Amino acid sequence: MKKDRRDFLKLAGCAAVAGVGSSTAFHSLLRGEAEAAGLKRAGTKKDKSGTRLGMVIDIQKFIDNRDLAQRCIRVCHQIHNVPDFGNPKDEIKWLWTDRFEHVFVKDTHYRQAQHLQGMPVLSLCNHCDNPPCVRACPTKATFKKDDGVVGMDYHRCIGCRFCMAACPYGARSFNWRDPRGMDEHGRSFISEINPEYPARTMGVVEKCNFCTERLAVGKIPACVEEAAAAEAMFFGDLNDPDSEVSRVLREKFTIQRRPSLGTYPSVFYII
Amino acid sequence: MIEKALQGSKGYWTWIACLLAVIAIGGMFYVQQWNYGLGVTGMSRDVSWGLYISQFTFLVGVAAGGLMLVLPYYLHNYKEFGRITILGEFMAIAAIIMCLMFIIADLGQPMRALNVLLYPTPQSMLFWDMVVLNGYLALNLVCGWAILHSEYKGVKYANWVKPFIYLSIPWAISIHTVTAFLYAGLPGRDYWLTAILAPRFLASAFAAGPALLLIIALIIERNTLFRVGQVAKDKLVTIISYAAIINFFFLACEFFSAYYSQYPSKMYTKDYLFFGLEKDGNIFNNLVPYMQASVVIGVIGIAMIFYARSRKSDILLGISCALIFLSLWIDKGLGMVLGGFVPNPMGQVTQYYPSIQELGITAAVWATGFLVVTLLYKVAISVKLEKEL
Repeated sequence: MKKDRRDFLKLAGCAAVAGVGSSTAFHSLLRGEAEAAGLKRAGTKKDKSGTRLGMVIDIQKFIDNRDLAQRCIRVCHQIHNVPDFGNPKDEIKWLWTDRFEHVFVKDTHYRQAQHLQGMPVLSLCNHCDNPPCVRACPTKATFKKDDGVVGMDYHRCIGCRFCMAACPYGARSFNWRDPRGMDEHGRSFISEINPEYPARTMGVVEKCNFCTERLAVGKIPACVEEAAAAEAMFFGDLNDPDSEVSRVLREKFTIQRRPSLGTYPSVFYII
Repeated sequence: MIEKALQGSKGYWTWIACLLAVIAIGGMFYVQQWNYGLGVTGMSRDVSWGLYISQFTFLVGVAAGGLMLVLPYYLHNYKEFGRITILGEFMAIAAIIMCLMFIIADLGQPMRALNVLLYPTPQSMLFWDMVVLNGYLALNLVCGWAILHSEYKGVKYANWVKPFIYLSIPWAISIHTVTAFLYAGLPGRDYWLTAILAPRFLASAFAAGPALLLIIALIIERNTLFRVGQVAKDKLVTIISYAAIINFFFLACEFFSAYYSQYPSKMYTKDYLFFGLEKDGNIFNNLVPYMQASVVIGVIGIAMIFYARSRKSDILLGISCALIFLSLWIDKGLGMVLGGFVPNPMGQVTQYYPSIQELGITAAVWATGFLVVTLLYKVAISVKLEKEL
């Protein structure tokens, strides 16, 4: 009899603890920030209200203008104080080119169009509508802004690199060493510091920010501006049916990187 | 009670001195890492977590493994474990301390670590990992110390300890589940994105934790009058072998899903880890010898542990536990985390090799863990022997 009572109390205690713990956890998951990261609406229809900034990249235009991609990268890295360490291990990049078959990873595609093989394609942060990096970050150092831009707070980032593991596009870079330092030959990693934008400290993660600092003063992203003459890149509000990106998306066949992952990338490609 | 850790034989002090030396060397390497940045490690843009996080993951398992001694004793009233339960709780303390040190060693900005508390983010699994790990550390400190202290005083532990003991049981499950969720919730990392990751973590933890504990207990038996007891040993063998077999069963399930479905991204990492991955004419296979050895060593260990039990041989028991522990360490403390980064999101392969500094810091954290275990076990064994003799 006595033993039964003890067993019952033990069981009841465990059940109570598990019940309280899990329901609290569940509710806090559903509250506040969880919504912003898309946890609550995962599997439901995406919200079409509000601004969602996005980009369309026309790959053919970059074939016609061979040096355009490099010009875009140069201006981006220059204004954002992106360091050049000169080796792939420490590499930091916001905007870069990779071979077509790497950007759009092909597992089984046979005899793909010859001209696409090895073609350099611009890659950058996809500013996903449902970003896994924002979900992963333990300090909200990376967050989704009201306009859809996935931003970074370099002063809050603790450098755990959970976001790098979470990003399925390899869009995030880590400052493995001091970006404001110089190599053994006395060459500064940042050739010329732009005082308009903060340079980072070592030990934090960074990535493309859709030129949020330029958007704030009514400009468009620097790469889009560079590519404007060639009409190779388009930028604007995806939720606004009258915006230029919306028009391009309606008229052209476009693809996204790894759409099956449910991240809802805001960068589209015309092949 | 703590004074027991300050009285020891020459061998005891030599061991402590060796551990302190390793810690000092690792400390020097950490100063280097602090000044230069995490660039001193072998980690890169593609393999952005390395030895630190893989050791952390493995050691969460060792900490959770203590559950296999606490649960039978407190929940099923299995008296034979009465003498070693405290060892399980103290090993959990040391393992969690190592986990926290590995996390700090891995942070790019360790001085900002408290941002996790200042800006609590419930959607992040890392936030919950911080909660459960620190909670588990506190629970084991409270329970372990209170129970040992009452034993020291020659009385039964106070009733207020009981709820904490019962709480620590589901909590042990939670630490390894949440740690698995760090990995198992990331789209695009196909090796980790599997529902069986948390169960597999638990299975390997329930083998690795008790195996390490049994090895240490056997060493203590050889050097002191402390005895685990044959019945407890036999029971531990049952627990370790079942858990290890379940772990391998789960691994086999992973292999079936990947290779029978022929789903490319489910096969890549397993190819890389176990057979070698071919990319553009190159074969990438730097972890293959370890991973294959892990399976072979594990199978030998499981076979040997049954033989050791039937022969009542402590030597064989120790060796088989060491083999099982090593097998699981390679599997989880090496391949699990590193493999997840291959191939990278562009389908390319970057192979990772830890640097000298990284190895030194890793060794120092392990040495700290052993130091904590040594001191705590010294206290626990001294108290127990004093009461019994």
